[in-house]
Amino acid sequence: MTVETIQEFEPNIIGFLCNWCSYAGADLAGTSRMQYPPNVKIIRVMCSGRINPMFVVNALQQGADGVLIGGCHPGDCHYQHGNYFTRRRITILKNLLEFLGIEPERVRMTWVSAAEGRKFAEVVEEITEDIRKIGPMKQIRRVNEW
Amino acid sequence: MNIEESDEKTTTNTVSKLKLAFYWAASCGGCEIAVLDIDEKILDVIAIADILFWPVALDFKYKDVEEMEDNHIDVCFFNGSIRTSEHEHLANLLRKKSKTLIAFGACAVNGGIPGLANLASKDEVFRVSYLENPSTSNPQKILPKTSTEVEEGILTLPEFYDVVKSLDQVVEVDYFLPGCPPHPDLIMTAIGAIAENKLPPKGSIIGPLKSVCDECRFEKSEKTIKEIKRIYELETIEEKCLLEQGVICLGPATRGGCKAQCLDANMPCTGCGGPAPNSLDQGASMISAIASILGLEDEENMSDEEVEKLIEQVVDPVGTFYKYGLPTAIINKKVKE
Repeated sequence: MTVETIQEFEPNIIGFLCNWCSYAGADLAGTSRMQYPPNVKIIRVMCSGRINPMFVVNALQQGADGVLIGGCHPGDCHYQHGNYFTRRRITILKNLLEFLGIEPERVRMTWVSAAEGRKFAEVVEEITEDIRKIGPMKQIRRVNEW
Repeated sequence: MNIEESDEKTTTNTVSKLKLAFYWAASCGGCEIAVLDIDEKILDVIAIADILFWPVALDFKYKDVEEMEDNHIDVCFFNGSIRTSEHEHLANLLRKKSKTLIAFGACAVNGGIPGLANLASKDEVFRVSYLENPSTSNPQKILPKTSTEVEEGILTLPEFYDVVKSLDQVVEVDYFLPGCPPHPDLIMTAIGAIAENKLPPKGSIIGPLKSVCDECRFEKSEKTIKEIKRIYELETIEEKCLLEQGVICLGPATRGGCKAQCLDANMPCTGCGGPAPNSLDQGASMISAIASILGLEDEENMSDEEVEKLIEQVVDPVGTFYKYGLPTAIINKKVKE
């Protein structure tokens, strides 16, 4: 029974990708017809530095099983240091999530350049498998029962 | 004007006087003291108002409130978060008996410090406070029960709930007065607005639309910090923004109205005013702000793991970023199996 439920579980992952590198990388993976799991729902942002930690907690609260954050490689940010902000933000946030009983592995930060379609496909495969192993996100209700 | 037939105080001017009530749920009592912090203006309040219920100062019974007609109380100031069935009962009761219900203080507005107990379950709270606490002697391992049979009959206690809630998660709240405790000026603004019947739209937070930084005396400039310090680690406190000196100050993510009193005493803001206007989640906003100014030296050449190690300087993230607001945060309690 349990084996069955694990097999049935399809992770629902939200991906925030930066316009200049990761989104272009995802685009390349698509135009190159690479096969990767369809579990990541992509939201394009101008820079990974735009990703407020609130977006991530909101996604998890509303039922996402995982969040993928993609930016340019450190040093390559189109806006010079946007991705350094992201790196610090998400690191603090993961630390916080651990205290709140949420597996920090549900949030993954990755650096994918516009030329790395292959890498993007691999990252998606990895995060999907990782989250499949962790299992579905436990429900968090804003106003909970006693 | 209705002339009420009251069998209690029958002086002629009580008819037109405002009827106030105060109640404390899970709170420390500081909010009650804050009411007296308005100093001699309390006499003005007494001149225009009668206090019908105030457990901390006056001897009224819950029965007296139950016997009132609905909407009998004009304004009820409710402080403290909802922790037990008694608090929940009184919240519902006072909502029914009051025309206006005001969530007074950080606990009622955002859950407050008692809200940090949402990181633990009821069983864990009981275990630590009644069994494992080094200063507790409880050899019979007695835990609170809702009813106990003794020779004389059955004794009852309110039920202790598994989570702490803010007042508006239990009943409808008309106005919010944040702060730990609310600043006397905000209290007087609220009382003045009530007396003149110039209350803002329902659901308003009585407080300015600016953050604590706006009221802070320290000089602010471009910020980058190399490491995070606790306030006692500073040898001298310079006349510049505490964040620039490396201390985590929640000013940028917190609603003002407090006149930045803590900053005047050289202490960083801990966030009792709740999220700044237009922010949903105080902690997330502050994480964002801290990450933006934390300029790690030579960060360009660091791996993700090295950055992680340096970020670990932020100890106790929940207690730092959600000290007064865990129950109303987006993720409002520890996620359990």
